[in-house]
Order: sequence, then C-alpha cells, then structure tokens
Amino acid sequence: MISAIRRYGVEITSLCVAVVIWQLTAPYVTRGDFTLPGFTDVLASFFSLWDVMITDAATSLLHFGIGMAAGICVAIPLGVGMGWFRVIDRIFDPIIEILRPIPPLAWIPFAIVFIGLTHTSAGTIVFIGAVFPILLNTYQGFRNVPKVLIEAAMVLGCTRNYDLIRKVAFPSAIPDIATGIRVAMGVAWMCVVAAEMFGVSTTGIGYKISHWMHLYRMDHVMAYMLLLGFIALFINRAFRFLIVERLSRWRKGVVA
Amino acid sequence: MLTIANVSRVFESESGQVEALRNINLEVFDKEFLCFIGPSGCGKTTLLRIVAGLDQPTSGEVFLEGKTIKSPDPERGMVFQEYSLFPWRTIIDNIAFGLEMKGESKEKRRRIALKYLELVGLEAFERSYPYELSGGMRQRVAIARALANDPKVLLMDEPFGSVDAQTRNFLQGELLRIWCETRKTVLFITHSIDEAVYLADRVVVLSARPGQIREIIKVDLERPRLRTSVEVNVVRERLLGLLGEEQARGCGETVCWTGI
Ligand SMILES: Nc1ncnc2c1ncn2[C@@H]1O[C@H](COP(=O)(O)OP(=O)(O)O)[C@@H](O)[C@H]1O
Ligand SMILES: [Mg+2]
Repeated sequence: MISAIRRYGVEITSLCVAVVIWQLTAPYVTRGDFTLPGFTDVLASFFSLWDVMITDAATSLLHFGIGMAAGICVAIPLGVGMGWFRVIDRIFDPIIEILRPIPPLAWIPFAIVFIGLTHTSAGTIVFIGAVFPILLNTYQGFRNVPKVLIEAAMVLGCTRNYDLIRKVAFPSAIPDIATGIRVAMGVAWMCVVAAEMFGVSTTGIGYKISHWMHLYRMDHVMAYMLLLGFIALFINRAFRFLIVERLSRWRKGVVA
Repeated sequence: MLTIANVSRVFESESGQVEALRNINLEVFDKEFLCFIGPSGCGKTTLLRIVAGLDQPTSGEVFLEGKTIKSPDPERGMVFQEYSLFPWRTIIDNIAFGLEMKGESKEKRRRIALKYLELVGLEAFERSYPYELSGGMRQRVAIARALANDPKVLLMDEPFGSVDAQTRNFLQGELLRIWCETRKTVLFITHSIDEAVYLADRVVVLSARPGQIREIIKVDLERPRLRTSVEVNVVRERLLGLLGEEQARGCGETVCWTGI
C-alpha cells in the first residue's frame, strides 16, 4: 500500500483531485430542474443498482462476444485469402469497398426487421463494426510480409502456399492482426451501446442508459456510463496482457 | 557439378527492357569456393537467384548434376544480403526451420540445429530472438540455417555487405573454417576485391550491365592467406585493373560502381 502510493502518488492525487472538483462543482451545474449528479450520487447509484448492473454487463458482454467472435472468424480467413491470393482479393475487394463505408449503426433497421430483438441481432451490429478493422489489418499484414522472408522459406524447402501462409506469412502478420482486433474491440464496444440504445435489445448497458434517461435519473445514467468505461478499460488491458505481450515477444515494443 | 549454360535474363518494366545478364556460361566444380565480383547493378543477384530457382532465365538453363533447376530446393541453400531470419522464431528454431519442413522428428531437429549453432559459435544465443543479435551474428545464424539442410551448394549474396570492416574480416575467417569443415560448393557474391581474394578458389569478374563474364581468375594460394602478402596483392592489383575498366564503362551508362 505504502509503496503503491509512493510509486503512483501523482496519478492517485490527480484522480482524487478530479473527483473532489467534480463533487464540489456538480451542484452548480444545472439546467432547468436538472442538476449534475455528484460523485456521491453516482456512488449511491452503483450500490443500489449493483445486482442488475452485473446482469446488464453480462448481457452487453454477450453481444460484444458474439460480434467479436463472428468478426474474427470471418475477417481473419478472408483477410488471409485476400492478402495472399490475388484472385480472392479481386473478387471481394469491390464488395468490401462498397459495404465498408456504411456506418454499422445504419444496419440497425435491418437487424431489427430480419433478426428481431434478440442477442443475435445486437451481435450482428457488433459484428459489422468489428469485421472491417480486423479484415483490413490482416490483409495489410499479409501484404507487408517481407519478400526476403518468403524467399528464404522457399529456399529452405517451404514452397506450398499452405506452408508459406502457416509458417511465414501468418506469424509475420500477427502484430497487424492483433492491432486489428484491438481497434475492432473499440468499435465493437461502441456498437454494443448504440445497438442496445437504439432498440435492438431490451437489456444490456446501452438499453439501461436510455431507459434511465427517459426516467430522468441522470445519476443512474452516469453510473452505467462509468461501468462502460471500466469494462472497456479492463478488456483492453486483458487483451494486452494475454495476446500482445505473449505473441509479440519477438517484436519488443513495436506493437503499441 | 553446377553448370550455367547460356543464361540470359531480360527484365520487362514500364520504362522498357533491362538486360541484366547476357550469355553466362560457367562450370562450377564440386566443393569449389567461387566468388563473383562486378559493378553494382550488373546482375550478380539476378544470377544467384536464378541458380537458387527464385528467378527464371529468359533463355538458357542451369543444371545441378545434370538436372535442370526450375524451382527453389533445399539442395541449394541461400544466404541473403538482407537480414532474412524469421523474427518470431528463436535462433535455434530458425536454424531448425528447414528440418521442420523436411518433417524430421523434434529430437533430431534439435540435435542437428545445435550442431550448426555450435559450428557458427553462437551456442549462447540458442533461445534468443533475432532482434537481440548484431548484424554479423544474424548472418552467421543465416549461414547455419542454410547449412542445417545439408545443401550441395551454398549461395551467398554479399552476406557481409552490411557489417563493419573489422567484423567482416573475422566473419570471412569463420566462413573459411566452416567451409573447410563442411566442404560445400560455395557461390559467393561480393563487392569487395579484398574479400574475393581472401576467400575464393576462382573469382568471376562480371562486366557492367548487361552482365557478362569478363574474366575468370584463379587464385592458387594456400589458405589461410595473408591479406598483406605479395601474392595476394598481385591478384588484387589484377582485379582492381579489370574492375576499374568496368567501372568506367558502367558510369557511362548511368550506373556507377562505388564500393571496393
Ligand atoms: N525484378 C526486377 N524487375 C526489373 N528489373 C530488375 C529486377 N531485378 C533486378 N532488376 C534489374 O536488373 C539489374 C541487375 O540487378 P541485380 O542482379 O540486383 O544487380 P547486382 O546484384 O549486381 O547489383 C539492375 O539494373 C536491376 O535494376
Ligand atoms: Mg545485389
């Protein structure tokens, strides 16, 4: 504890000061009948809502998980194929170029009409948000495999496409793929909230934010907002710890 | 025996045709150390890539023991000018790559890889990653990696081009020691007359583009050679003269040879 304070003294002080300022100024930030919830109000919300919050978080994470898993399963094989085989690139590129600029949230009406208010439906929106960053980064990673590594492998007896992809191109592209997944996770989390807020779901953190807003409980809204931030922070850290550091030991410091 | 028969190579590019090699004819004897030297851009790398099977001649053929070379094969190992180790593999796993492709068992891979790791004197770096090694060490690992496949021919494209002069001298000595122990046919490209004279049984001097064989010089001196001895300097003088002429010709055609 003491050593933690010594090491992170500045950071801890900074956080505490921010919380104090928030608490002191909140009563003066008003509009009409509304007052900005203070730190203690939000803390109280956390305590009173804790049980539901856990189920809501689980639901949102389920939507996130469905979308990310589907995104990874589609984007990586497709990116590998497009990055390695010119024909596959030419077949899919025009389609992707047209679909990619459509913001994922624009698919919400279709998700509601064709899939309904299910977890799959929210997962689909998340999938659309996640798939393109992973696809593009995987593709890029495959395009950027140094030619000399491919040739070195060929001279050493690795000549079949399957082996070259598995033994050379894929490992070489792993840092790019990891970057793609990280970017995708950011987009996906945004899509989770938006999809739930815009009615693709009747549960989850996004849904609850809009629910409490309609009941004018801004303290609850803020509690859920903070929950969103904490979960995203946690996912990002966990990913870094589990994947990036392990897979990219050989690339020390290159993957941010 | 490696036979290069009438090999020519013309590259087609947007800005027109580039004739890199013209009518190369050469016989390389088994266990010979052959050096290629020539102005930059004269097609040395292209020739080596053709022998490796990474590039195809526009006309002509290359035979190894009577068989035409069409594609890369582990019987011809190559050490590239650029660093070519797989950065995600440890040093030992880099050396074992070719054996892995051959489908050797894990123990056998490790045993052979360790042998070659020792041969290049880098046992201490078995579990390191390439980024932890200096340039010269990386090229030594690349040599070990090529040798672990037990190739008939070892192709080396300016392998010591980007290491400092001191290390370079050391690596040349190491290479000769390894060559004596393993006795491969070696085709070695260099920029440096010094290097060629120190290493080679024969030196092939290529002309400025299009690359043709200008002259083949036999270096009939006992190894280890003394870099400063009179005999070595006689050969150096001769090569210097030949390359000087080629350099002058090359500069007339926009390519300029700069290194010695
Ligand atoms: N893939 C290629 N496409 C077009 N031109 C090439 C290609 N590879 C080499 N060349 C040209 O062929 C010539 C010989 O190149 P190279 O064999 O690399 O020379 P060296 O190794 O002797 O410096 C150069 O002029 C180079 O520009
Ligand atoms: Mg070259």
